[in-house]
Amino acid sequence: MKLEANLITGRTAYQGSYLEYKTSPRYFEECAYCELNPEDLSQLGVSEGECLKVSNEHGEVIVRAKMNSGNPRGLAFIPMGPWANAIVDPDTRGCGMPGFKGVPSQIEKSDKEPLDLKSLMRTYCQ
Amino acid sequence: MSELIIKNAAVCDPINGINCEKMDLAVKDGKIVENVSSGADVIDAGGRLTMAGAIDGHTHCAGKINLGRLMSPHDMRMNPVPGLSGLQEPTPYTRAQSGYNTPNTFALGYRYSKLGYTTLSEAAISMLSARHTHEEFESIPILDKWGLTLFGNNWHVMNYVRDEQPEKLAAYIAWGLKASRGFGVKVVNPGGGEAWGWGKNVTSLDDVVADFDVTPRQILMGLAEANEALRLPHSIHVHCNNLGKPGNYETTLETMKLMEGVKTTRDRQALHLAHLQFHSYGGNSWREFESATPQITDYINGADHLTFDMGQVIFGPAMTMTADGPLEYSNARMLHAKWSNKDVELEDGAGVVPIEYSPKSFVNAVQWAIGLELALMVEDPWKVMFTTDSPNGGSFVNYPEAFALLMSAKKRQQIIESLPNLAVDRMVLPGIDRELDFYELAVMTRGIQSKMFSMNNIGHLGVGADADIAVYDIIPDQIDPGTEHEKLKKAFSATSCTIKSGNVVVRDGEIVATPAGRTYWVNASGCVSNDVNEAAMKDIKNNFRRYYTVGIANYMVEDEYLPHPVEITTEVN
Amino acid sequence: MKVITDVVCPFCGSLCDDLTVKVEDNVITDIQRACILGHNKIAGVCLHERIESPMIRKDGELVEVTYEEAIEKAADILANSKRTLSYGWASTSCEAVSKAIQLAEETGSLIDSTANVCHGPTVLAVHEKGSPAASLGQVKNRADLVVFWGCNPVHAHPRHMSRYSTYARGFFTKKGRKARNIAVVDVRETDTSKLADKYVQVDPGCDYMLLNAIRSVINENEDVIPAQVAGIPKEEIIELATMLKEARFSCIFYGMGTTQSRSKYKNGDAVSSLLYDLNQYSKSVMIPMRGHYNVTGFGQVANWETGYPNAIDFNRRLAYYNPGETGASDVLLRGEVDSAIIAAADPGAHFAQEAVRCLAKVPMIQIDPYHNATTELADVVIPAAVVGVETEGTAYRMDSIPLRMKKLIDTTFKSDEEIVTDLIEKVREIKGGA
Repeated sequence: MKLEANLITGRTAYQGSYLEYKTSPRYFEECAYCELNPEDLSQLGVSEGECLKVSNEHGEVIVRAKMNSGNPRGLAFIPMGPWANAIVDPDTRGCGMPGFKGVPSQIEKSDKEPLDLKSLMRTYCQ
Repeated sequence: MSELIIKNAAVCDPINGINCEKMDLAVKDGKIVENVSSGADVIDAGGRLTMAGAIDGHTHCAGKINLGRLMSPHDMRMNPVPGLSGLQEPTPYTRAQSGYNTPNTFALGYRYSKLGYTTLSEAAISMLSARHTHEEFESIPILDKWGLTLFGNNWHVMNYVRDEQPEKLAAYIAWGLKASRGFGVKVVNPGGGEAWGWGKNVTSLDDVVADFDVTPRQILMGLAEANEALRLPHSIHVHCNNLGKPGNYETTLETMKLMEGVKTTRDRQALHLAHLQFHSYGGNSWREFESATPQITDYINGADHLTFDMGQVIFGPAMTMTADGPLEYSNARMLHAKWSNKDVELEDGAGVVPIEYSPKSFVNAVQWAIGLELALMVEDPWKVMFTTDSPNGGSFVNYPEAFALLMSAKKRQQIIESLPNLAVDRMVLPGIDRELDFYELAVMTRGIQSKMFSMNNIGHLGVGADADIAVYDIIPDQIDPGTEHEKLKKAFSATSCTIKSGNVVVRDGEIVATPAGRTYWVNASGCVSNDVNEAAMKDIKNNFRRYYTVGIANYMVEDEYLPHPVEITTEVN
Repeated sequence: MKVITDVVCPFCGSLCDDLTVKVEDNVITDIQRACILGHNKIAGVCLHERIESPMIRKDGELVEVTYEEAIEKAADILANSKRTLSYGWASTSCEAVSKAIQLAEETGSLIDSTANVCHGPTVLAVHEKGSPAASLGQVKNRADLVVFWGCNPVHAHPRHMSRYSTYARGFFTKKGRKARNIAVVDVRETDTSKLADKYVQVDPGCDYMLLNAIRSVINENEDVIPAQVAGIPKEEIIELATMLKEARFSCIFYGMGTTQSRSKYKNGDAVSSLLYDLNQYSKSVMIPMRGHYNVTGFGQVANWETGYPNAIDFNRRLAYYNPGETGASDVLLRGEVDSAIIAAADPGAHFAQEAVRCLAKVPMIQIDPYHNATTELADVVIPAAVVGVETEGTAYRMDSIPLRMKKLIDTTFKSDEEIVTDLIEKVREIKGGA
């Protein structure tokens, strides 16, 4: 079962407070998740803390599932950071700014665990 | 120490009554001296026109000009005055340069120096953003600078004026000058800036400013008297109400008359009117728009308490920037132009709007004429300061063009012939055949500034003055400025030699050194008694606690922002 | 013990200047009035893992070296590159930015700030339409309507609402929160929208349409609006427009929700255009919610020193600017960059994956106090002092008000400004010798 979702990314206070401590486990916890509406989550058969694979034409990433009833259905939020940016749209469409918000993506349940920061960054060096 | 002698200079130095006399100028340790030793460096001026470094007494060179830059990236590539505009590569002496109306800081320093200017007076420091002005000052190479601090819509000022507390008002001004490291008192559309906080404006000297219960008339008078109580080197520097509106000359006349009663405490004017061209409009609508220069200059010719600057318009693109927030909004609406605004809490406002002065527009053509009319119809050049209100009326790099216009009736006539008939009917310029000579031009670009800002060390070449010197590639008795316009413009566009504080900074029109300039500021606290100061500080601190978004401790500009300061004190010893 | 008052917080663009910090034996022991972001940043200087030593990557691993070796290696990279990307410079002082621009000019580099992935489109909107703004105190003292559009200050600028906007008490707003209405426009409920009097949930990517619909109502052309725009019923659009028109003073604060979503810079243009018309009826201003505490300062310094606010290319020795062509992401994606110097920012974490891949391929110098995602890709790492805690300097608030950052504790780390000054010297030495 896959969910078609519109992905947005952005600041949270908790992500921000570990901005200058990215090697800490707390930074990982505060960034490597995806918020979905409760109904979307139950449709995917996923409960909070379980893992999701979020993928699109730009790549894929594994993050933990989080519930947010403030999200309308079909809207996925991942805090700004390396996990979100693994799948945002790099194209700036001629104005300098990549597509950090409004990226059509597919979301499904995953058995894999999210990569930690170092491992994630290592994938760029290959 | 360093010694220099300029030989065979045709010195034009009105402050010392010298009119193109062949002489030598001796320089030692950055000052003009009687004579130097035989080991001094020699520059042979070869009979060329030599003046003190010019002073731009009203220019927008630091602060909100940066908003102008942000609004106009296209300006950076614009190159209508080759050599003095557009993108220029770095050289061993210079950084990369950009821009025309809103050049980068480095270009400002180099290009003004090439014109023979050595000192700038920034027309408006917003107190809350004063650090910004000083950061840009420090980034402008070569030139000395100072800035005039905005007070005309300040809550403290309006409260003290309303409550008739002139001593506390003076204390606040002294404190504000120190906080912003300002040189003098600037007043822009008094009362109008506060009204603009609610999207409104004032339209006469007697409109009441909402919530503060004062009128522009009272604000002007209160500030003028405080200015004199503090013995500030400059008078109040006023941008009148109703700038740019048809029929505004009446407000301007009233403002001038209002100041007749001010008793000055220094040997200078009681009032300086900024960019008078924008305030000398007749007619009751844009349809009826016409020059009101005769009404204005009739008054000025009979008055001895004021000076003004031209605010000459240059045809082509310009960038308007002023603390007059409501004016800029109406400009933007009228011109369908982009609009920037920046209100500053408790203090003032600002706006920036691009403009294009077209010789085909009858209004623009009349504006162009009025600036010249003002300079030519006021008989005494010691009342007239040359400006374009750069870059409001046009960029400073066009000064040579405007000099040529002032010096040649023929050149003016050539342009007048190309203007719309309607415009020509609404101006008085065609009937004026006066042509300025070099002496009068030197008065308007050096002499008057020295006097009106009480800056005895600059604007002239007498012994003891700063060795700020411009040598132009003109042999005074071998040129006819009335006909040789291009030759004149070329010489004024790039000096043979500019010397700043004894250092040669321009040679044959090219920058050869970029020493840092100094920043002047006025400390008038010696003219305020301790008791009054303490009482005023109580009010100021209260306002910071309740209304400002920064603490008073983070408000005062620190010494770090003036690495090359010159402090001027005002008390009588 | 030392008590330092009126400390300016070096985290976000709110630049709160009322913190009190206690220092004992050169260690920060107490921080008062800071939000969670500011507190963690300031406290973290003594608590978080720092990059302790300069490092150079050898055989894939970062190895500790002396400062001189790191500068020499970094200068060598810069002197021998044809197209260096100099990026970041937002979480540092204006004085450091000025040096960075000089280095870029002398090495023919392209220099860009984090505005590239933040309010870069806002800058483009100012080019198009201008910036009708005000200092934050105007909002505090006058605003009876505050609109948060595509921003979430509860999370991103936690003290903004108490100091400047929602709750701030001022001269004409003595009742604080009760003196004003709060409207929030966002694509999802947020902790900010929960505090609003009026919450409008716009369809993702449709802000531009909504802004223009509101503008139509302001201009009394509501008959052209269909029954629903951007997922919002016409009645609600009219309600929002009426709120704006009837306010005495309103401010639209806008964030990444406008700059990063579809229409990008056109959204800022639409806000500006709306205010251009709205000000005929009532006073209204816009202020961008700038993220990094001094990203505004980078724009200011770059603008006065080069004429351009960001994305400045010195490759042809002249300052050349064409965002979309000379933006950091664009130049990376085109594969033009042959080396990079990154300071006071973390593109490894905050650029899109394609751009990060390009960055990973080239020799890269990092200047930063902390180990972050970019460190994983860096070849030379130079630790720096934390501006506003270990070294002083100027920063510009989101409304372009400059403040002086304080030095609170001593450090052995060099400041960004000193490091770049050393680099300029070294590069000159290498180029002069060549």
